[in-house]
Amino acid sequence: MNPAMTFEGAHPLAATIARLVWLLPLLPLLGFLINGALAMLGAAKIGPADPSEGHHSEGHGNGHGGVHGHEHDDAHDHADHGHPPRHKFAGIVSLVGPGVLVAAFLLASAIFFAMRGVEMEHPYVLTLFSWMPVGDLNLNATILLDPLSMTMVMVVTGVGMLIHIFSVGYMQDDPGYPRYFAYLNLFVFFMLILVLGGSYPLLFVGWEGVGLCSYLLIGFWFSEKANADAGKKAFIVNRIGDFGFLVAMFLMFANLGTLDILGVADKAKDLPMGGAVATAIALFLFLGCTGKSAQIPLYTWLPDAMAGPTPVSALIHAATMVTAGVYLVARASGVFSMAPVAQLTVAAVGALTAFFAATIGLKQWDIKKVLAYSTVSQLGYMFVGVGVGAYVAGIFHLATHAFFKALLFLGSGSVIYAMHKAYHATHNHDDAQDMRNMGGLRHHMPITFCLMWIATLAIAGIPLFSGFFSKDEILAAVFARTHGSTLAEASLLGIPGSTVLFIVYGLGLVSALMTAIYMTRMMLYTFHGPNRTGEAERPHLAEAPWVMTGPLVVLGILAAFGGWLNVPALLGAIGPVGGLEHWLEPVVGENALRTTLGEAAHLSHSTELVLVGTAIAIAVAGIAFAVWRLKPAALVAKKDAPAAEGIARVLENKYFVDEGYDAAIVQPTVAVSRNVLWKGFDAGVIDGLFVNGSALLARAFGWMGSQLQTGHLGTYAWVLLIGVLTILGAFTYR
Amino acid sequence: MLAEALALSAVLFAIGVIGVLTRRNAIIIFMCVELMLNAVNLSFVALSTLYGASGQVFVVFTMTVAAAEAAVGLAIIIAIFRHVKTVNLQNINLLKG
Repeated sequence: MNPAMTFEGAHPLAATIARLVWLLPLLPLLGFLINGALAMLGAAKIGPADPSEGHHSEGHGNGHGGVHGHEHDDAHDHADHGHPPRHKFAGIVSLVGPGVLVAAFLLASAIFFAMRGVEMEHPYVLTLFSWMPVGDLNLNATILLDPLSMTMVMVVTGVGMLIHIFSVGYMQDDPGYPRYFAYLNLFVFFMLILVLGGSYPLLFVGWEGVGLCSYLLIGFWFSEKANADAGKKAFIVNRIGDFGFLVAMFLMFANLGTLDILGVADKAKDLPMGGAVATAIALFLFLGCTGKSAQIPLYTWLPDAMAGPTPVSALIHAATMVTAGVYLVARASGVFSMAPVAQLTVAAVGALTAFFAATIGLKQWDIKKVLAYSTVSQLGYMFVGVGVGAYVAGIFHLATHAFFKALLFLGSGSVIYAMHKAYHATHNHDDAQDMRNMGGLRHHMPITFCLMWIATLAIAGIPLFSGFFSKDEILAAVFARTHGSTLAEASLLGIPGSTVLFIVYGLGLVSALMTAIYMTRMMLYTFHGPNRTGEAERPHLAEAPWVMTGPLVVLGILAAFGGWLNVPALLGAIGPVGGLEHWLEPVVGENALRTTLGEAAHLSHSTELVLVGTAIAIAVAGIAFAVWRLKPAALVAKKDAPAAEGIARVLENKYFVDEGYDAAIVQPTVAVSRNVLWKGFDAGVIDGLFVNGSALLARAFGWMGSQLQTGHLGTYAWVLLIGVLTILGAFTYR
Repeated sequence: MLAEALALSAVLFAIGVIGVLTRRNAIIIFMCVELMLNAVNLSFVALSTLYGASGQVFVVFTMTVAAAEAAVGLAIIIAIFRHVKTVNLQNINLLKG
């Protein structure tokens, strides 16, 4: 039925190592099983947790790092300066956890090179088993290997491997060490299912699975209520988006008759351009994306997700899982390119999110919160890219963002690690994640300092660093589509498409400026100026061990040179032009061309020069502005800091969006649930009317019957006589 | 002759029924039940002139059963009396619902 499917048997990849692609997800699954077994085995031997075991997060920051120290002062004074005992299986776990990822990455690389060696005109589909043969729906568990999924696999296994190695250093002293790696391995398993799944339901399995692992890892230190609450928030907010994904799948099956990714892409071509079906499917899919990828209006869970261990924030909440929505839009580009209104919506929401989150990032004090809002903002950029049909640019930014944001998070992880160690050594309970308590760390952690500046320059868009190429490509793509594209001809809420795109472009520029400002601000406050940690703590500040800085160095190289993946023609001198563009062409090329009316989006040479010049100027201006205006020397430690006022207060409190959602949605829901559903319907109608009511009815009938039972023989005899006479009468006078 | 016998039987039966319904003493009620039985016996005998001897055979059976029933019934009444010190059925309502 589908040209790609019939091609399966003879696909050139079938003869290569790519036929082992099913091993890719199995490797982390194996790691999950082993680590999970060790976690349970360890728990069984250790017995019920000691309530005074306060140092379960020892040496590690989390959303409320400062609180952790309290217990162990009383209970563990004797062990304070040594390490708490490591988990008895820490050695095996340190081998298995990152080991399976190294194996998966090697296998992925081998498959990647095998794919480079053959013509990838058609995707390689590997059918594993029949999954859901129900009526008209005959769903197989298939693996879809094409350049797009391969790109994601390389990002997931590559960055994932580095973060696993980093975690060995970061989490080694945690009593939940095997459990941590079990979750992390399980996450990679589901993420690989997500990117390799050959049908939307299988993709959805991975989609839900990574959500589960995200929940488990955000609430990893669940003994503190705030962390457990953050996990629940992420899970519940994601459910809202998942509802959209499910509806989109129902619509696909009802209107296209298939749920296969290639089948849907094939059928979508025959839909009317801009028709209701394609628009509805695309918009519902995008609702799913807003949940998973933290876009307006469902972004609020991501900043709270920073309650998890920092490597988790790097892997799940920056590099891989949250980009699943971008992947999904590129994956369903066949549907999206048929629905310009939906595309405009995606781009507009992305641009708004990028702007909105960047403003909040300007005034955050928690180093991880800055990065969290930066992630939300950068995800907005990616959606702008895939929204305007520049799928390659979106995926390109996804990849470079995975590099530099993972580096930033891991760098902040090693900062927090150093801060926590210093505070721990002196029994100080200050906040190890607040930038007001840092400052001047460049003298203490020079490697982290250098690497994080590389990442900052990359995200700010300084030329030749990776972020410059990808961000510039997205903005140029937006600009190019303001004329001569399906988007420019469509309209969103009555605003003509080209106007929308100009607004999107403007928001993108402003966000880029703010990105440069808040990232420079973070670097200045963390690494420059005088140190504010405290006199006693200062000597204890030190660089993290090599197992942590090693992955940082690799990510630093990637963040610096990741732009070489897809060099624009303008800079053709420095490398091969448009590598990623050619690589992804078989997957998204046709759909991208549909948006640009059949011709490759093209800007004149001079226009392109102006755009690039503007982008560079903005990045430099942002950094210069931050250096000029912000005085790290004037900053005081958190405990002495005055409360913010005016607009700064609004920004520091994230526009009170959480409070707004709470008042507008959560509290009414709770009130309705409590008063109407619980007390009214459940207690009143179900319990009162149905359960107790039917019992009451039976009792009433029983009481009436019991009144006949007088116990007097005389009554019975009378009744008997009347009965007999009635029967006789009936026979006599019938 | 037949008509007079059946009329007498009906009168006896009615007296028995009224006795059972109106009296309170268990012994008297018991005797009224016996009266009803014998009223039926009388009609059996009377009708045997029309339908052959089987009516008379029935009477022998009835008397046998009545004798056994009298023994059991009286035993029950004695047991009740021992239990509640009365045979007035107005005072015995253990079956009240």
